[in-house]
Amino acid sequence: MAKLYLNESPNKKVEKLRPKKETISFLLNYSKALNVLDGKHMQYENLLN
Amino acid sequence: MKKIQTTTDATLVRQYLDGSEEALSKLINRHQQRIYNFIFSKVFDRDITEDIFQDTFIKVIRTLKRGKYNEEGKFLPWVMRIAHNLVIDHFRKNNRMPKFDNSGDFNIFSVLQDEDLNAEKLMVKDQIESDVRELIKELPEDQKEVLVMRIYKDMSFKEIAERTDVSINTALGRMRYALINLRKVIDKHNIVLTKY
Repeated sequence: MAKLYLNESPNKKVEKLRPKKETISFLLNYSKALNVLDGKHMQYENLLN
Repeated sequence: MKKIQTTTDATLVRQYLDGSEEALSKLINRHQQRIYNFIFSKVFDRDITEDIFQDTFIKVIRTLKRGKYNEEGKFLPWVMRIAHNLVIDHFRKNNRMPKFDNSGDFNIFSVLQDEDLNAEKLMVKDQIESDVRELIKELPEDQKEVLVMRIYKDMSFKEIAERTDVSINTALGRMRYALINLRKVIDKHNIVLTKY
């Protein structure tokens, strides 16, 4: 019975998941590279490398 | 005692809109675990979770940079909603596309299916068609006649009108009522006519 209380619940294990560092790094670089230009009637996206 | 100062999401969003990339980093760090786990709890696959997480924040970044973010809503619920919609898109796409079983070994049958030889599907299809034929028998004679000519004999409404000696509009009306009545019978008796 004690095991039931001492073992981590499956939900708790799920809570520890995190995205990969590469994913976060990609997103931050994407944000830096993305440039939105306002046109007369619409907006234009530019990815600057 | 040292006082811990936490910048609100709204402040970080404003800072990001003013050009601070650091603010975005803080927002992602603050909420990454919650959003990532939410996605994983739906798809149960690390690779797919990673993709959806990435797509979620790409959408967040594009919306913020385009000045389309509505300050009235809260940041986290807004991002969660985007993630939720992308999860739904993923499942919709998956229903239409074959799914790879990413267990290491490549299995050709995970991408190839011979629909013709699937005995279970054939049986279900036959059963559904047989049920529909029985339901059609319950329709009034004039409606049944039009429906059979249109669906089973593939006749045009012009041909049906000529054969039954009525106007095209009358034939169309009978077809409409035939379908309405079929739906009524199906609803009334809780008949399930879907494959899954």
